[in-house]
Amino acid sequence: MSPKWAYSLTVVIATAILIFFFIDEIRTVSVLSFSLRYAVPLILAAMVGIMCERSGVINIGIEGQMLMSAFGGFFGAAITGNLIAGTMIGVGTGLIMGAFLATGAVTWKMDQIIAGTIINILATGLTSFFYAQGFRLPGVTPTVRVPLLAEIPLIGPVFFNNGLFTYAAIISALLLWVLLFKTVWGLRTRSVGEKPSAADTSGIGVERLRFLNVTLAGGLAGLAGAYLSLEAAGTFERGFTAGRGFTALAIMIFGAWNPIGALAAALFFGLTQGVASQLQADEVVAIPPQFINMLPYVMTIVLLAIVSGRIKPPAAVGKPYEKD
Amino acid sequence: MVYDPTRPVVLEARNLVKRFPGVIANDDVSLQVREGEILALLGENGAGKSTLVKMIYGLYEPDEGEIFIHGESVRLSGPRDAIRRGIGMVHQHFQLVPVFTVAENVVLGDEPRRWPFVNVRKARAEVARLADEYGLQVDVDARVEDLPVGAQQRVEILKALYRKADILILDEPTAVLTPQETDELLRVMRGFAESGVAVIFITHKLREVLAVADTIEVLRGGRTVGTTHPQDTDQAGLAHMMVGRSVLLRAEKQPAKPGKVVLNVQDLSVENDLGLPAVRDVSFEIRSGEILGIAGVEGNGQRELVEALTGLRRARSTAVTVQGKSSAGSNPRDVHLMGVGHVPEDREKDGLVGPYSVADNLVLNRFDSPDFSTRGIRDRKAVAALATSLVSNFDIRTPGVDTTVQSLSGGNKQKVVIARELAAKPALLIASQPTRGVDVGSIEFIHSQIISARDEGAGVLLVSAELDEVLSLSDRVAVMYDGRLVAIMDSADADRAHIGRLMAGGDI
Repeated sequence: MSPKWAYSLTVVIATAILIFFFIDEIRTVSVLSFSLRYAVPLILAAMVGIMCERSGVINIGIEGQMLMSAFGGFFGAAITGNLIAGTMIGVGTGLIMGAFLATGAVTWKMDQIIAGTIINILATGLTSFFYAQGFRLPGVTPTVRVPLLAEIPLIGPVFFNNGLFTYAAIISALLLWVLLFKTVWGLRTRSVGEKPSAADTSGIGVERLRFLNVTLAGGLAGLAGAYLSLEAAGTFERGFTAGRGFTALAIMIFGAWNPIGALAAALFFGLTQGVASQLQADEVVAIPPQFINMLPYVMTIVLLAIVSGRIKPPAAVGKPYEKD
Repeated sequence: MVYDPTRPVVLEARNLVKRFPGVIANDDVSLQVREGEILALLGENGAGKSTLVKMIYGLYEPDEGEIFIHGESVRLSGPRDAIRRGIGMVHQHFQLVPVFTVAENVVLGDEPRRWPFVNVRKARAEVARLADEYGLQVDVDARVEDLPVGAQQRVEILKALYRKADILILDEPTAVLTPQETDELLRVMRGFAESGVAVIFITHKLREVLAVADTIEVLRGGRTVGTTHPQDTDQAGLAHMMVGRSVLLRAEKQPAKPGKVVLNVQDLSVENDLGLPAVRDVSFEIRSGEILGIAGVEGNGQRELVEALTGLRRARSTAVTVQGKSSAGSNPRDVHLMGVGHVPEDREKDGLVGPYSVADNLVLNRFDSPDFSTRGIRDRKAVAALATSLVSNFDIRTPGVDTTVQSLSGGNKQKVVIARELAAKPALLIASQPTRGVDVGSIEFIHSQIISARDEGAGVLLVSAELDEVLSLSDRVAVMYDGRLVAIMDSADADRAHIGRLMAGGDI
């Protein structure tokens, strides 16, 4: 999406939100809060995609990485009786799944789509097989109110009165942007994703950097999974990521492989979902709930149709690096 | 400058051997270069020059032999190790990130930092200072993909200088440059040598070697053939060393016997990609059994002319007839079926399908003819049989007809294109830059093939930026300048200096 287009869209949406805020403050804040919560796993998962693809590795296994981590996080917390331990187990599961993809796609130079698909199939199988009923979380994750900032009308209650995962998601997007475009690590990561032979001849260890990044990205997928089971749902069900990992890839593309762009795209995505749900709840529109639930998938298709071919992915994405 | 044996040797390779599956790329090769010396590594494509320098740069590990840098025996673990020891390399295929700026590309891997950030201001200043110091004009903030090839090469050189290289390897640096840019590069290389840098210059162009080198080492078939100095040899001597036999640097041919007209072009005008006139009211004809050569500095409409004649580009006026039939509105395939063979100027892009086999590339223009397929099912045996005979007739050096064409050297790729086009027995052959980036031995062979096609009755349109090639092959010579054919003359009347003036837009 061209910056001009994105800018216009942002202005239109912001104006609409303001107008609704003055008409009905409570409903507007509630819709926006819902939208943000809906966007959190998408933001985190899109960052996973960006970290991997900017390094030149396609991660189609985000879905499976999240599912495994949601599983690990939930049962970890339930068994240890500690939410923090659960979160760490979730993130740890993500790191292991990241290293798994890195081993296949980078070290063994497997076809990256196949390596990711293996993760997805494995995750569905393992989490279904070992799923057990009768476990409960030891408590709920705390909501943290940021002093002063939370007092700002509209923005305060939406953005500064959330669970820790929500802050983590937003911070991860901003941080990843800084890391990618301002630091030595970022310059090298992008060079590895664009032209690995240039990086190699400049003395950068292409495979080492790719392995590191894909593994660390798995940790973010772990955070996304842990959010789903520990904060958003408070439980775990089979197949419970519901395609969010794939939606996140669409968001990554819509955000032009840029963390800030993907953050905005994920928030936009959450907003459409939030508005649709509210319209449904208020019975303003008599749409069967199935259609509302369909919305993320329809949006994904529409967005991809709009932007595909107009935004250039990192040039070396999907290609295992071979010298000469 | 002359060779000075009193200077210290900064780099020495002793008895290096490098084997790849099925080939010995380097067999007992040695090399020595001194401070401030320009060593030219000369050899045909596939002679092992690139393999040799890749070992010196740490990209390959030698199977046998030793490398000494500043007198110390080293085992390089990779480019990083080589860079640390002062070796810089300008790669044949530029190792630049297209979406990065010049400054980013130069500092990549050795970035000035303000931990953990890249110190962008310092990077820009440092690169600008280096560019200034060595007279390498570039805009440090330009994105590399927006730069012309010559400027990208300067970025590659800056990359090496930034890493404080005192041994600089240039792998076929002039292959992509215009004659003017080449002269400029040779001058810059001379400057490096004067500042004490040892330069290893890989090429197969004899003129450049004699112009700039202090010492010349010739490789052939993976072995060192000999070492000499420019004052002790000449082009013929070097060519003999490279190929292992005497080489005709000028094609030999009988007088032409022109027959009936095969191509008639009347007032042809063509626009370039920007919609501006590139070819203006060009008229000429070619008869069977003659070669018309078009000389001219590149960018004067030759490309657009060839593309219009071969159906790759729409022409404004359409009075082109091939063997008496109008080719108006024809696509490239129609034009081919009218009896036109085309050797495109960019063989990688327009002439070959890289991942396809040699055999499939050799029938790209005829794969669906009854000879090679029956009712849509390909006859692989017939294709393989044709390919095998073409590979031997055209001396294409390939491990087999099933090898992918992209793995061949430039000269052999070009022979595949020429073999394919000539095997279809065209009435008209349009050959654009037929020997660009091709080694001396292959040039001689390609020239003889073009001449024998003429002798068998084909009309040939030859377009080349190499004036020597045009003069040596053509029966008639035309000069193109600013989209017009400013002169057409018999090659017997063609005077090099006169044509040079015409190419530059001088008086007729």
